[in-house]
Amino acid sequence: MSHSSVLFDAPGPKARRVSLISSIIAGLAIAAGLAWMVWTLAQPRESGGITLPGFFAPTRWDIFADPEVWQFIIMDGVLGTLRAALVAAVFAVALGILFSLLRSSQTSWIRVPTMVVLEFLRGMPVLLMMLFILLVLNTGSYWAVVAALSLYNGALIGEALRAGLASLPRGQREAGLSLGMRPLQSKMLVEFPQAFRQMLPIIVAQLVVLLKDTSLGYIVGYTELLRTNMNTLGSFYGNRYLFSLFVVTLVLYLIMNLSLSWFARWLSKRTASKSSGTQLDPEDPNQAILVAKASAAARQSGSQAGSL
Amino acid sequence: MDAVIENLPTYLEGFRMTLLLLVVSGVAALILGTIIAAMRISPVASLRGFATVYTELVRNTPLTLVLFFCAIILPYLGSRLDYVTAAMIGLSVYTSPFVAEALRSGINGVPLGQAEAARSVGLGFGQTVSLVVMPQAFRMTIPPLINVFIALTKNTSVAGGFFVFELFAATRELANANGNAVIAILLGAATLYLVVTIPLGVLAAQLERKWVVQR
Repeated sequence: MSHSSVLFDAPGPKARRVSLISSIIAGLAIAAGLAWMVWTLAQPRESGGITLPGFFAPTRWDIFADPEVWQFIIMDGVLGTLRAALVAAVFAVALGILFSLLRSSQTSWIRVPTMVVLEFLRGMPVLLMMLFILLVLNTGSYWAVVAALSLYNGALIGEALRAGLASLPRGQREAGLSLGMRPLQSKMLVEFPQAFRQMLPIIVAQLVVLLKDTSLGYIVGYTELLRTNMNTLGSFYGNRYLFSLFVVTLVLYLIMNLSLSWFARWLSKRTASKSSGTQLDPEDPNQAILVAKASAAARQSGSQAGSL
Repeated sequence: MDAVIENLPTYLEGFRMTLLLLVVSGVAALILGTIIAAMRISPVASLRGFATVYTELVRNTPLTLVLFFCAIILPYLGSRLDYVTAAMIGLSVYTSPFVAEALRSGINGVPLGQAEAARSVGLGFGQTVSLVVMPQAFRMTIPPLINVFIALTKNTSVAGGFFVFELFAATRELANANGNAVIAILLGAATLYLVVTIPLGVLAAQLERKWVVQR
């Protein structure tokens, strides 16, 4: 919403000029700040009596001309990250479906323990979970990363799907039951597909979080992009290349994450135009789940009041 | 259980550092995020562009990379910050775009008609914002902000991987020292995290449920 057009009178020529001038000044200030940063980094520096070249000197970047370095970065680093992320994503979605079904079960001795487990998983840092799996189950770092990410994100996806199930109109389930379906059949064939489609943008947004969190593997000793670049390549080529290696790592991560989050946004726009429901913010899955849950609860209490 | 009680001082030392990280970087992120949010809705185009690019870039950078930069690359570039300060800076920078988004979506969530109505009964800019838009935006902002702080609580654990002795680092040390009671040690640490995150989560859900109807 563009408040600016409503909150105050339409800007006249003077106000427009002021805003243009301040825009140019702020732009120059930002550009100057960036230029200063680049300039500082580019300066040669003294270190213990020897002068090292600046951070943009070709001698700090020449390893990237070597295709073997790239092969290493791609094969070990990027593939290591993607391998963990993909496997964890599959498990997380599967677990999410399972959790959402258990959590919305009619039997309380299934529902309540699931709720406790979900709260536990959601309230704990993923890193601690990784350490837990690594030390207690002794699985090795790859499976520790994958299992912790699957459990944590599975719990969140499960909550999202449950909110999606709860926000469906009640008639959907009633119609399924009145056709003679058993409760589970109605859930799987009628309600679940709709909930899944409605929550798809949130699920994809959660997968962006999962992809970002694979970098936690660095701390528990899994060889992913950060560890490959900074520890393996960094110690092989020496301290001189540390900065350039970090920049390359950052850019690679940004490319992966930005493309996935643009996909989530595109998906959310597409589903929002299809279903007339409220558009859930794919930027922050946590918040979107909260909103979906609250509005589902509101709708349920509303419909109960209506039916009385 | 004995291992947990014996090592309670270590836990508490770590927990204190976790809380310190949480409070300091929470406040800093709140300030930084408000500035970014203000820039994003400001009429000055270049500030808006800067804030948008900043949000997009920082939000898509893994926290591990941010903290790696603060703890390892910054000293390498010649900074003299100690690790705790570096971790606080990293956590604040990482959290600030989430705060900004929570604030912005709260303000954007107020229907346009509210401001139009306020303007049409003759309220000025200040009155419209302070009497009509902000009270409604406030309600929409608090639950997502609480969520951001829950995430921050969990994120402080990453600082434990970068030379800050907080709860995660303490747990790792204790788990290595007490090989026979690993499960109890880890559950003890999980409890301390849950003591912070679960009440906050319940609060956020309750506020959201209360306020979703009033919108």
